[in-house]
Amino acid sequence: MERRAGIVLVLTVVLLVGVPAPALAKTEIQWWHAMTAVLGERVNEIAAKFNASQNEYEVKAIYKGSYPDTLNAAIAAYRAKQPPHIVQVFEVGTQTMLSSGAVYPVFQLMRDNGIAVDWNDLIGPVKSYYSTAGNLYSMAFNSSTPILFYNKDLFKKAGLADTPPATWDEVEAIAKKLTGAGAKCGFSAAWPSWTLVENMHALHDQPFADHANGFDGLATRLQINGAFGVTMMELLQRGAKEGWFTYNGRLNKAEANMGGGECGIFLSSSAYIGNLTRASEGKFTWGTGPLPRMSGYPQGNSIIGGATLWVMKGAKPEEYTGVAQFFKYLASTENQAWWAGVTGYLPLTNAAVKAMESSGHFQKNPSQRTAVTQMLGGKTTPNSQGIRLGNFASVRDAIEEQMENIFSGKKAAKQGLDDAVAKSGEILKEFAALYK
Amino acid sequence: MKRFVFRNRWLPYALVAPQVAVTLAFFFWPAFDSLRLSLYRASPFGDRLIWAGFANFERLFRDPAYLRSALTSFVFSFVVTFAGLALALLLASFANAKIRGLAVYRSLLLWPYGIAPAIGGIIWLFIFHPSYGILPWVLSFVTAYQFNWFLKGWVAMTLIVMAAIWKQFGYNLAFYLAGLQAIEASVLEAASVDGAGPIRRFFAVTFPLLSPVTFFLFTLNMTFSFFDTFGLIHSVTQGGPGDATSILVYRAWKDGFEGLQLGFSAAQSVVLMALVILLTAFQFRFAEKRVTY
Repeated sequence: MERRAGIVLVLTVVLLVGVPAPALAKTEIQWWHAMTAVLGERVNEIAAKFNASQNEYEVKAIYKGSYPDTLNAAIAAYRAKQPPHIVQVFEVGTQTMLSSGAVYPVFQLMRDNGIAVDWNDLIGPVKSYYSTAGNLYSMAFNSSTPILFYNKDLFKKAGLADTPPATWDEVEAIAKKLTGAGAKCGFSAAWPSWTLVENMHALHDQPFADHANGFDGLATRLQINGAFGVTMMELLQRGAKEGWFTYNGRLNKAEANMGGGECGIFLSSSAYIGNLTRASEGKFTWGTGPLPRMSGYPQGNSIIGGATLWVMKGAKPEEYTGVAQFFKYLASTENQAWWAGVTGYLPLTNAAVKAMESSGHFQKNPSQRTAVTQMLGGKTTPNSQGIRLGNFASVRDAIEEQMENIFSGKKAAKQGLDDAVAKSGEILKEFAALYK
Repeated sequence: MKRFVFRNRWLPYALVAPQVAVTLAFFFWPAFDSLRLSLYRASPFGDRLIWAGFANFERLFRDPAYLRSALTSFVFSFVVTFAGLALALLLASFANAKIRGLAVYRSLLLWPYGIAPAIGGIIWLFIFHPSYGILPWVLSFVTAYQFNWFLKGWVAMTLIVMAAIWKQFGYNLAFYLAGLQAIEASVLEAASVDGAGPIRRFFAVTFPLLSPVTFFLFTLNMTFSFFDTFGLIHSVTQGGPGDATSILVYRAWKDGFEGLQLGFSAAQSVVLMALVILLTAFQFRFAEKRVTY
């Protein structure tokens, strides 16, 4: 403790004495982000480490609120001709950014600044989600994928073996036993559309939207009301009725129930590991497993969520050189392995995966291996490379609205999905009309 | 009333100029901008602005969800206004009585108004949350019925209505209390002498004398529940479940700032603007006639 205090003191003195003089000559780079709490601290740490590693550029990490807030702030700033150099945009905003005409593609930025990057080292799903014609448009940063969590204490109480369910049949059977043994919530999921609709389609190699989920051209129609989507929703509707599936709200609201020790089986982002570790400390133990599968459908892959860093147009060349240097630092194996290790996000390069493997990180933190194994073991197909929709935030909203109508029994599964397809069709048509 | 005439020709204009400037900058300019934007398809980053005519409005009125949302908004606003005013008037009458600890009682009743809608929403969330809220826990001992407003639309609606009434309660009470105290005791005494009981006295004397206050509060509560409940809904239900609590102003925000459909959102704001103008005009035209000042 004392030694740490000493280090902090030395650092403070170095910062106070060392920074001001050269700061005048440093080129400032604005990085707007949406990371809160512990993640926000990690982001500041990245900036501080990069700033300390050289003395030409100063990266300023600035928190701008939620993902939509950050995007709106960047839009307003761009329109006022004062854009930040780098802005963190969630995966839902990918098509909006691609169509915006306001971004400086990352592959071009790196090429213009003569920095060679081995893009092929990026893990497949990440590269496919954020690339167009093989070129990376935004810098991969925080990517996660949904995995299954289970409460070991509740499993034990219900007399179940300590293994996560691998199929939906097992999810149903186990969840029933859990609620039978008194658990308040047998099965639940956070990010409903992402985990239960988008990822389930990709995992079973089923199309989510036309034009290869929007990768071969602007998507105009969702395809979630096919046989697979209906079967999935009917299962969940029945689960809600029979009481083994509990719906706990949109976004990540359901995490409060899992963290409170109520739920036996739970689907959420792999980045939830950090928060669940803290929430469960001294209360219950838990484990992870890959997403459950439905038999009779081909193998696809789960898709990623999270955000990437976009470079905005309108800055000076020397500032862009700084951005390129910063991205080079971000992509380094050392930074990738550290970032993934402390946050639970996916390591983005194969080299980083290997480094974490050889340092024994996954041995010590087996829960962090689940997502990596799941992603690398899946098959990247046109249905599982990702989803690229215009106005995706509104589309997701339309889906979740209907999911609620289905789970509450207000609408039949097919009807609800048909309605979601019709409504999102309107939304997609508007986007297409804008960018025809 | 004495009329004051300025000698200087420019002074009066100079005096009102700041207020006019503020109104122009913060009301008329954005309003006209929305009006203009509602006729276009606009890209978020402003690189594309395509003339759309009335396509945005057409899309709105063809959308059954939008019409449902309009109905939801009106039901919500009327219930919040009527129930809220009735409750405030009732408690104000009690608070107007001469009882011990009156000052404490009165100040406690005024408190909720000092709380921001979003914070109020969070408090209600903590009380009513289906899994960690205290009230569902207590209710679980009494009834097996699940008050899960994550899935039950009418429960969510009731919750939002109660929260909005609670939020606006202190304000309504303050005005009613002031109104009650302004009624001269002699008027009520005269009614007593004529043989009117407390209930008759209230409806024949007190309530009509309070009508200016009621009228003012009615307008205010309608606009409050139509527009200012945004923070409450955003922090508690986000318009769900389904679209059960998705009132017009919430939809306009969601389509504009989350969905980034600017022209479509602007069209919704224009509809809202028209509604407010109509509502206010209607109230002053008809309601004012029945108000005794």
